[in-house]
Amino acid sequence: MRLLNTTVAAAGYGDPWKLPPVSELFEMPPLPFTESWQLFGFELAISRTILIIFFTVLVAMVFFGLAFRSPKIVPNKLQAMAESVVAFVRDQVAIEIIGPQGTRFVPVLLTMFVFVLLNNLAKITPFIMLPPTARISIPLFLALIAWFIYIGVGMKEQGPLTYFKEIAFPPGVPKPVYLILTPIELVSSLILRPFTLAIRLFANMVAGHILVVITLITIHAFLVLGPGLPVGIFALVLSPLVFGFEFFIICLQAYIFTMLTAVYISASLQGAH
Amino acid sequence: MEAIGLGLVLQMEPLGQGLVYGLAAIGPGIGLGIMVGKAIEAMARQPEAAGMVRTTMFIGIAIIEALALLGFVLAFVVGGGG
Repeated sequence: MRLLNTTVAAAGYGDPWKLPPVSELFEMPPLPFTESWQLFGFELAISRTILIIFFTVLVAMVFFGLAFRSPKIVPNKLQAMAESVVAFVRDQVAIEIIGPQGTRFVPVLLTMFVFVLLNNLAKITPFIMLPPTARISIPLFLALIAWFIYIGVGMKEQGPLTYFKEIAFPPGVPKPVYLILTPIELVSSLILRPFTLAIRLFANMVAGHILVVITLITIHAFLVLGPGLPVGIFALVLSPLVFGFEFFIICLQAYIFTMLTAVYISASLQGAH
Repeated sequence: MEAIGLGLVLQMEPLGQGLVYGLAAIGPGIGLGIMVGKAIEAMARQPEAAGMVRTTMFIGIAIIEALALLGFVLAFVVGGGG
């Protein structure tokens, strides 16, 4: 929104129109009255990202609360919709990947899926247009939760020392290969997994956010403020395609995050082959 | 001498930004091409398995594209967002 206001203001005052730098997309000023809130020295100021998360979580709570308030055996429409989401996560993700023990993990996986999906959907919602998952802290924290879960499950199922020994020294390998294999396995299993989980979601959302905003800015700038009509019409025709593609990427990334968490949990549960 | 060196570095910054994404897109491009080609081949050989192959193909696309998009985002980080 700041990007658009800068453009409109610059054109309104007669300045030649210039594209603001992309870094303006990444600045999130806090709400004025919360600017100096602090908690033990950490900044607690509420910025736009946090407001969008409050709104998203409120939507999710209202939807599931109303749907499951008085559950019946033969569901009405809202309960059927909510049940289809839960059944999707339980059947296609938890039970298919983890096996019969998967029902233990359905609450965590369902929460992650709904949270990531609704926050990603804010990328193409009018008047919001900012996915909170495009700020690195949120995918990073979700990936940290997934990390603690799969390490915790592994330590509980196989004992703490056995679990790390089986990650570091996979069986069935001749002895000298362990010199190269062990560092690679340790780094890949313990360090790279949460980072790639977080960065995959973060990079997809940042790239999509830049794409959507630049398409809309092009439409507004070239059609309304006047430099070139053909470019504006081209961008206008292209914008449904961009929105459709971004919607597909949103749903796919939410599913991939949940499914990869389930895969890591199942790898911890099964242990050595 | 150092001022000239610094001037060269600052002038070539857009070049560096472009190179980061350009080089990052080579590998995932080849990988995606191979993977989707194999998926099409599998779906042509056994049309009954097309649904499962398609689902696995989408999962593979998301994982491989993460690398290319990481390069895209890093291009902005390297250039300071300019």
